[in-house]
Amino acid sequence: MPNGSASHIVKSYEEDLKRLREMIARMGGLAERQVADAADALIRRDTRLASEVVTRDKLLDDMEREVEQFCVRLLALRQPMAQDLRLIIACMKISQDLERIGDYARNGAKRAIVVSEQPILGSLNGFERMAELVQENLKGAIDALVEDDHAKADEVWANDAPIDGIYNGIFREMLTFMMEDPRNITAATHLLFIAKNMERIGDHATNIAERVHFAVLGTPLTEDRPKADISASAVVNPPS
Amino acid sequence: MSATTDLHAIAMRPRDESARRARGRRRHLVDQAVRLFCLIATAIGVFFLASILVTLIWRGAPAIDLTVFITDFRPTTYGEPDAEKGGLLHAILGSFVQAGMGVAVGTPIGILVGTYLSEYARQTALGNAVRFVSDVLLSAPSILVGLFIYQLVVLPMGGFSGIAGGLALSIIVIPVVVRTTEDMLTLIPNTLREAVVALGAPKWKMITLVAYRAALSGMVTGILLAFARIAGETAPLLLTSFGNNVVTWDMSKAMASLPVTIYQQANSGFPDLIQIAWAGALMITTGVLLVNIIARTLLRKRI
Amino acid sequence: MNSETQGDIAPQAAATGSFGGMQVRSDAVLNTDIRISIRNLDFFYGAALPKALKGINLDFPNRQVTGLIGPSGCGKSTLLRVMNRMYSLYPGQRAEGAVLMDGVNLIDPSVDINELRSKVGMVFQKPTPFPMTIYENIAFGVRLHEKLSKSEMDQRVEWALSRAAIWGEVKDRLQANAMSLSGGQQQRLCIARTIAVRPEVILFDEPTSALDPISTLKIEELIDELKRDFTIAIVTHNMQQAARCADQVAFFYLGELIEVAPAAEMFTAPRQRKTQEYITGRFG
Repeated sequence: MPNGSASHIVKSYEEDLKRLREMIARMGGLAERQVADAADALIRRDTRLASEVVTRDKLLDDMEREVEQFCVRLLALRQPMAQDLRLIIACMKISQDLERIGDYARNGAKRAIVVSEQPILGSLNGFERMAELVQENLKGAIDALVEDDHAKADEVWANDAPIDGIYNGIFREMLTFMMEDPRNITAATHLLFIAKNMERIGDHATNIAERVHFAVLGTPLTEDRPKADISASAVVNPPS
Repeated sequence: MSATTDLHAIAMRPRDESARRARGRRRHLVDQAVRLFCLIATAIGVFFLASILVTLIWRGAPAIDLTVFITDFRPTTYGEPDAEKGGLLHAILGSFVQAGMGVAVGTPIGILVGTYLSEYARQTALGNAVRFVSDVLLSAPSILVGLFIYQLVVLPMGGFSGIAGGLALSIIVIPVVVRTTEDMLTLIPNTLREAVVALGAPKWKMITLVAYRAALSGMVTGILLAFARIAGETAPLLLTSFGNNVVTWDMSKAMASLPVTIYQQANSGFPDLIQIAWAGALMITTGVLLVNIIARTLLRKRI
Repeated sequence: MNSETQGDIAPQAAATGSFGGMQVRSDAVLNTDIRISIRNLDFFYGAALPKALKGINLDFPNRQVTGLIGPSGCGKSTLLRVMNRMYSLYPGQRAEGAVLMDGVNLIDPSVDINELRSKVGMVFQKPTPFPMTIYENIAFGVRLHEKLSKSEMDQRVEWALSRAAIWGEVKDRLQANAMSLSGGQQQRLCIARTIAVRPEVILFDEPTSALDPISTLKIEELIDELKRDFTIAIVTHNMQQAARCADQVAFFYLGELIEVAPAAEMFTAPRQRKTQEYITGRFG
C-alpha cells in the first residue's frame, strides 16, 4: 500500500493510481511466470511448456501498450504533480522493462526447444540457480513499486552481482564444452545466449528497482551499481 | 526599428534630480494650500451649524420641563403670573398622528413604485418617466403639495383636517421611499436574482421573499429618513390641518402639529409663548437628529 | 448496442482489455442513453446583434459529466443558460431550436418555466447564499414546489446538505445566517440548495473560479459523486478542470460547436486542428 500520505481528495484519481499499480503488478507477475516457465522448460526439457511461453508473450506486449496508453491519459487528464507524476512516468518505463523481460524469456524458451533436442550438456544447475535469483529480484522490484518501499528497491538494486557471478561461470563452462567437442557447439551456443538473456533480465530487474527508487524518493540512483560481469574479458585457453 | 529605439532612449533618459525636487516642493506647497482652504471652508460651515444648535439649546433648554410635555395650549401668562402654563402636548400628538399617517399611506405606494422601477422598468421609457417625476417631486416646494391637497381634500370636506395633513405628508414621503427602495433593490446583484429564479421561483416570489429581505435594512432606513423629513414640514400642514389648540384624536377635524404650533406661538409676541416655541424647536431638532442617527447606524450595519 | 447498459451507471467493460478489474473514468466510455439533446440551437442577445450560438447539436449522456470549454465569449455559458431558460429574465434575448428532454422541447413557451427549473437546476460562479438561515436557504427551494411536513423538510434538508458534503460542518448551526460561512462552504450550500429540489440535471457555470485550489478539489470530488444520480453539465474556462472532471468534453469557438469527444480522446488526440490549438495553448 502507498506510504502513509493521505489519499487524494478526488477519489476517482486515487482509484486511477491504484489501478495503475495493479496493472504493473499483474504485468510483473506475468513476466515472473514467463521467466520461471522458460527456465523450467529448459531444465526439464519440456518443449510443450516452452511453446506456451512463446505464445504467452503476446499478452505482455498487449499489456505494455495498454499501460502506456493509460499513463498518457493519466498525464493528460489529471495533471499529476510530484510523487504522482514520478509514479506514472516510472510505471511507463517499467512496463517497457517488463516487456523486454518477456521478450528475453520468449527467446530463451525458443532456444530451450532446440537445446532439448540436442544431447544433454552439463548439469544446468547454474541456470536453475540464476533463474531463482532473477525471479527473486524481479519480484522484489515489483513489490517495492506496489508498496512504495524504496529500501526494498535499493536491496534489489545492489543484488545483481551474484547473478553476474553465475553468468561468468556458465560462460567459461560453455566455452570449455565447445572446445572439448565440436558436436557440443550447437547446444552450448544456444545455452550461452539463454544465459545472456537471463543476465539481461537481471539487469532489467535492477533498472526497475532504480526507477522505483526515483519514483518514491525523487532523487535518482547515480552511483555505479556493483557489477561483477567480467565475461566481456573472459579468455579460455584450449587444453594443450 | 530605430524609431522605437529612439523612443525608448528618450523615455529612459536619465532624470534631472534637482528639477524633480523643485517640482516636488512646489507640488507639496500647492497640496498644503488646498488642504488649508478645505479646512477653512469646513470651519465656516461647521460654525454656522454649531451656532444654530447652540442657539436652539440655549433658548430651548430652559423651557423644557414636564408641563411642556403634558399640557396642551394655554393662553399666555403675561400679566397673570399664576395662570396655568401651556405646553405642546397637542402639537406632539398631532405631529405623531399625521406623520404616522403620512408614512403609513406613503410607504406602501413608495415601495411598490420603487420595486416597479428596479425590477420591471430599469430601462424602459415609462420607467424613466416615472423616475424623473419622482425625483422632481422629491424637491418640490412643499407648499405646492399643501395647495394640491387643499384643493382636493380640504375644500370638498369643507374644512381643515388631520386626514388632509396626513395625505399631504404622504405625498412628500412617496418620492423619498421610491428613491431609497429603488436604490437598495438595484444594489442587489443580479446573481442573487438569477439564483432564486433558477430554483423555479416566480418573479414576484423572488422579489418579496428574497430581494426585500436582502434590501430590508436599506428600505427601513429610507422610511425612517422620510419620517424625519416630514416631522419638520410646516408649509403643507398650514394649508391642510391648520392647527388646533386642544388634544384631539379626531382626524376629520383640524389638528395641531409641532412645526405649525411653533410658527403660531412664535408669532404671538408673548415671551412665554415664544419660550415654548423654542422648546418645540429643540424637540423637533433632537427628534430628527435621533431618527437620522438610528437610520444611519442601521445602514452601516447592513454593509 | 447492448440493451443491458440502458440507464446503467457503469460504462461497458470493453475498455479494460487484457487487464480486467475495476472501471475508471480514464477508460473513456460514454453512456448511450441521452438525457438532454440539443438540436439546431440558435441564440440571439438582441435583434440587431449577431448570433451568439449557431446551430448547436449536442447530446448530454445520462448521469455523466459533460464539460463545455472554449475561449471567452465562445458561447459556452450562453448555451448553459439556454438550458434553463435563464434568458427569460432579460427582454430582447431569444433562442430558437430545440432542447429536448424526454421528448419535450424545453425552450418552447408552452413549457412551464418554473417546472422546467425544478428539473434543471443551476449553480453559479459566485456563491449566492440567500439572506436567511442555512436551514431556510435549503427549505426555500423545496417549498416552491412541494408541500412537506416539518419532519419531512428536516429530512430533506439533511439529505441535501449531506449530498453536498457539508452536513458535518453545519449540522449544529442550521439556524445561523448563511452569510457566516466561508467561500467554499457557501458554494457547497448553493449546491445543496440546488440538489434539495431533486432536479434531474444540474448545470454548473464556472462553479469554482471564485474558490481556492483545495475548495476547488473538494467540489470536483463532489461533482464526481453527484453524477451517480444527476446528469451534469459544467462550463469551465479552466481546461484542466474539464480534463479532471468531465466524461465528455465539448469545445466551442465563436458560437459554434467545434468538437465533442470523450475527455481522454479530447485531451490526448483531438481531431480538429482548432481544438488542438486551443488545448495546447496556441491561441485563445
